[in-house]
This record gives sequence, structure tokens and C-alpha cells, in this order.
Amino acid sequence: MQYISIMQKICVYISFLLLSNVIFAKTIVVGKQTQFATIKAAIAFATNGDTIIVQQGLYKEGNILINKSIYFIGENMPILDGDKRYEVLSVKANFVTIKGFKIQHSSFATLDDPGGIKLYNSHDINILDNYLYDNFFGIYIQYCKNILIKNNIVEAFGKEEQEIGNGIHCWKSDSLQIIGNNLSGNRDGIYFEFVTHSVIWRNISFKNIRYGLHFMFSNDNAYFTNYFKNNGAGVAVMFSKKIIMMNNTFAENWGDAAYGILLKEISDCYMQGNTFTKNTSAIFMDGTNRFLIEKNVFKANGWGMKIQANCMDNVIDHNNFIGNTFDVSTNGTLTLNTFNQNFWDKYEGYDLNKDKIGDVPYHPLSLYSVIVENNPPAMLLYRSFMVSLLDKSEKLIPSLTPDNFVDLKPLMQSIRL
Amino acid sequence: MNRILKYVIVDIVKNKIVLAYAIILALFSWSTFSLEDNASKGLLTLLNIILLTVPLVAILFSTIYIYKSSEFIELLVSHPIKRSKIWWSLFAGLASSLAIAFIVGAGIPILIYVDFLKAFMMLSVGILITIIFVAIAFLSSILCRDKAKGIGVSILLWLYFALLFDGVVLFLMFQFSDYPIEKIMVGITALSPIDLSRILILLQLDVSAMMGYTGAIFKDFFGTSIGLVISFTLLILWIVVPFSISLIKFKRKDL
Repeated sequence: MQYISIMQKICVYISFLLLSNVIFAKTIVVGKQTQFATIKAAIAFATNGDTIIVQQGLYKEGNILINKSIYFIGENMPILDGDKRYEVLSVKANFVTIKGFKIQHSSFATLDDPGGIKLYNSHDINILDNYLYDNFFGIYIQYCKNILIKNNIVEAFGKEEQEIGNGIHCWKSDSLQIIGNNLSGNRDGIYFEFVTHSVIWRNISFKNIRYGLHFMFSNDNAYFTNYFKNNGAGVAVMFSKKIIMMNNTFAENWGDAAYGILLKEISDCYMQGNTFTKNTSAIFMDGTNRFLIEKNVFKANGWGMKIQANCMDNVIDHNNFIGNTFDVSTNGTLTLNTFNQNFWDKYEGYDLNKDKIGDVPYHPLSLYSVIVENNPPAMLLYRSFMVSLLDKSEKLIPSLTPDNFVDLKPLMQSIRL
Repeated sequence: MNRILKYVIVDIVKNKIVLAYAIILALFSWSTFSLEDNASKGLLTLLNIILLTVPLVAILFSTIYIYKSSEFIELLVSHPIKRSKIWWSLFAGLASSLAIAFIVGAGIPILIYVDFLKAFMMLSVGILITIIFVAIAFLSSILCRDKAKGIGVSILLWLYFALLFDGVVLFLMFQFSDYPIEKIMVGITALSPIDLSRILILLQLDVSAMMGYTGAIFKDFFGTSIGLVISFTLLILWIVVPFSISLIKFKRKDL
């Protein structure tokens, strides 16, 4: 009996020891009526595992450094202001949560890239529900792992590329989750460089000066269900491998060199279920290899796909091309890509055996798109009678356009997606 | 002037060709809009038909009509009426009857199927094209006394504006493709009213492609309100210049 009670006591002690961190963790409130008037004092007082709750108000404390594993929580969106002179919030600890702040006016410096929130060599950080307003970089991550960035708004007002940083900038990091953020007015909405095994999901990125989302040297990543509108280019994927792109919308990326998505020197990627509407060029492919593009919708774009002649072994399968000015264009005569069973609204063939596959192959490359590619001012003659005549005769007897640029089994009806 | 104008219009209506023209335009327009599922696409099909047929009918009908009424003109000249008045009423009668035929034939379906801004653009361009080619017909018929020659010149002019001009422009583009010719090309379009009208309408329709590469330059010029004013002024100049030359010639002509 006594033995059991000793055992019970030991158990209690052990659990007490284990939980001490939690039980002894303090909650520190920062505000005008409380013991701590400044955030810096509260952080200095805190130990690992503590919670700091910051009450509503404006806090201009210069650079705030979080160097402990704490929960840093704002009540009714307190404002942290960098006064255009400081990086607002720097994190140099692991296991930190930052939630519910309005972080504004960080400094501008091209050498050390200050951000609204900047993480240095950390892991297991959550950044939730913050509003980053008018910072140089919104959220800046370097050498980090296991980071969750969720439901933040990053708003900036950049005019020129060199005057503004990226919304969410990730460098040399791994296992990031970027979910449900709203990004506008930055250089790039989200920027990845040397980032691996990360997922980007349900973000809205619009009116950014350069790209909505930008990958550089970042392998094994995926982005799903994002919305890219009105950026310089929707997404740019460059020098990367094994990127999965699904269910995204690329809309109204208009302009001189604007693309829905710009693919440069990438390989082994996969794309499915995306919608491209009203872009100048929906997809621009340059040095892209082994890329499977299936079940996407290209609607009302200037160019559906611009495939440069240096692309190889790409498969374009089961897509809908509807109401584009040009479905496909290319800059050379070499074609090493496969088109298979797409729906082309410009297809004029027939289907005698009623298997819903057109009996005549479709050549998606019109003569005029080749002419315009080589000689852009020719756009001036677009839809003139002369040009329609040339196009029609080329369709019947291809002579200038490469004859292996062909969909052998064009679909008669659009695919339901 | 009013009485002469009235007489000309009554004569044209009695002729029934303009009536048939209106009906054919209506058939074209209604059928394209009901065949195409998308009104913009229908408008594009119609655009090609209009840019081909409207100038052809306007120029040919007007030329032949002027030659036909040469005796009537001689009769009027013997009366105490100013020569310019005669020429003006003939022009106004032809232009207005053809323009009305265009509005009745193509205008109504366009207004019904297409949203207002595009429809307005299409109609104003169609009417201007009609009047321009009537004016060109006046010029070619006053330049040639011989009927066959005059009609021949009209047909050639139509061929030039509708087909040859684009071919020449395309050829020039390839010859000078190494040079930055975008801006010059914008200027060259002013030399053909048909091209000018086509670009004006395309900017309302194929916005995406026009936003591309050089499209941006055209958009910068034709898309702005200043560009629009300039383009319409150019189109009106295409009416004013040929007609006033023909008017001067007519005043001095020994009939």
C-alpha cells in the first residue's frame, strides 16, 4: 500500500517536472494600464514558453528582437511601427508564434533587406493573422525550417522594381507552408530561392510589380488553388525541378512582357486543373523539359501557349483552348513536344465514327502566329482579309509552319473540368 | 438643294438596289449572330464582311449612279443652280441612302447583340466607311470621262484598299523587319481607311493580343482618347479630301 503511494508520488513529481514548463509559463500583458508598457521590457522579462499579449495601441520601439521561444500575440491588432528607420520584428529563436499584429513602415535598405517580420536561422515558427502594411519586405525568411505563414495580409505600394521588396521572401529554407495570404503591391508576391519541400496554398496575389509568385532554384515544391491577378507575370518558375502546379487561376496579367506563367529552364514539372483567362500570354515556355500539362483551361488569352523551340518532351494533354487570339505559337521549326486530345475551339474537322475525337489532325499553329512571332509589327494586320486568306491556305497545305506541330486526336467537345 | 436631294433619294429608293443591299446586310448580320455562340466572335465575322462588302457596294453603286445621272446633271446645270449645290446634293443623297441601308441592315442586329460601346464603334466606323467610299467614287468618276474607265478605276481602288494595301504593308514589314518600324507602321495605317477602321474595332475586341508586344504601341496610340480623336479625324479627312477635289473638278468641268 505504502509502495503504491510512493509510486504515485514519484509519478506526480515526474509529470510535474515534465509539465513545469507549461505550468510555470507566464502570461505577460503589455499595455498602457499594465506593468509592462513596452514590448521590449516584456520580452526581456519573459522566459521560454511564455505568452506575451500586446494590447491595442501604437508601439514605436524601433527594432523588436524575439530571441526566446514565446507566443507573441496581439489583442485587437496593435500596431508595431518601424518609423521607416528600423526592421520592425526580428526573430532569432525557435518555436515562436506571432499572431494578430499590424506591422508597418519598416526601413528601406538594399544591403540588409529589412522586413516587417524577418526570421533568422529559425525553425518551427508560426506567423498568423498579421497585417503587414507598407514595409520594404513583408515577411523575410532565411535559413529556416518548418514555418507556417497563414492568413496574413501583405500590402505595399511599390512603384519601381528596385524600390520595393517581396511580400513573402524565402531564402534557403525547407518545409514551409504558406497558406491563405493576401499579397499586393510588392515586387514579387511570394519569392522562393533555394527553398525545398514547401507548399503554397490558397493565396491571393495581385497587382504586384513583377511576379505573383517566383521560384528560383527551388525544387520539390507545390502550389495549389492560388489566385494570381494583374501582376507583371502571374507566376515565374525558373531553374527549378519537380514543381507541382494545380487548380490555380491566372487572370489578367496584361502588358508588354506579361505572362500568366513564365517557365524558364525547368524540368519534370506537372500542371493540372489551372485556369488561364485574359492574359497577354497564358504560358511562356523557355527551356522547359518533361513537363506534363493536362486538364487546364485557356480562355480569352492573347496567346494560349508560347513554346520556344528549345523545349523538349513536354506533353500537352486534355486541355481546353477557348477563345484565344492565338492558341499556340513558337519561334522555330523544331518541335519535340506532344499535343494530345485537346479541345481547340478553332478546330474545323469532323467526326464520322462519333467517338468524339476529330478524324482530321489539328494544326494549332497558325501561319499568322508564326509571322507575328518573327515580325511583331505584323499584328497591325491582324484579322485583315489578306491575312485570313493566307491562314486558310496554310491550314490546307502547311508549308511554312512545321507539319509535326499537330494534335492528332483533337476532341470535338470541350472537356468538363 | 433640298428638292434635288429629295429627288436623288427618291430615285435611289426606286432603284431598289439599295433596298436589296440592306436586306443582304441584314441577312448576313442576323445569321452570323445567331450562328456564333459568342457575340464578340459574331462581331469579328461581321467585321470582315462589312470591311469587304460595304466599301465595294458603296464605291461601285455610287460610281455607276453618277454616270447614270450625267444627263440629269446636265439638265440641272442648264438651270440657274450653283454647281456645287448639285454635286453636294448628289453626294448627300448617295451617302445618306447607303448609310441608312447600313444602319437598317447591320446596325439593328449589332445594337441588339453587342454591348453598347462596341456597337457604337462598329456603327460609326461602318457609316464612315460608307461615306468615304462614296467620296472616293465621286473622285474617280469625275477624273474619268469614260464610263468603263471610271468604273474600272473604282474597282481597282476597292481592290487596293481591301486587299493589296495589306499585302504591300506585310511585304514592307518583312523587308524592314530589322528596324524599329512599329511607330511608322501606325502612321502607314492612316493611308488606308479600311485598316484604320479594322484596328479601331479590334482594340475594342481582341484586347488581350493587342496588349502584347507591339500591340501595346498601337494601344497606346489608338486606345487613348487623343488617338481616337486623331483616328476619327483621319477617317473624316478621307471623306473631305476626295470629295473636295471632286467638287473643285466638277465646278471647272466642261460638261
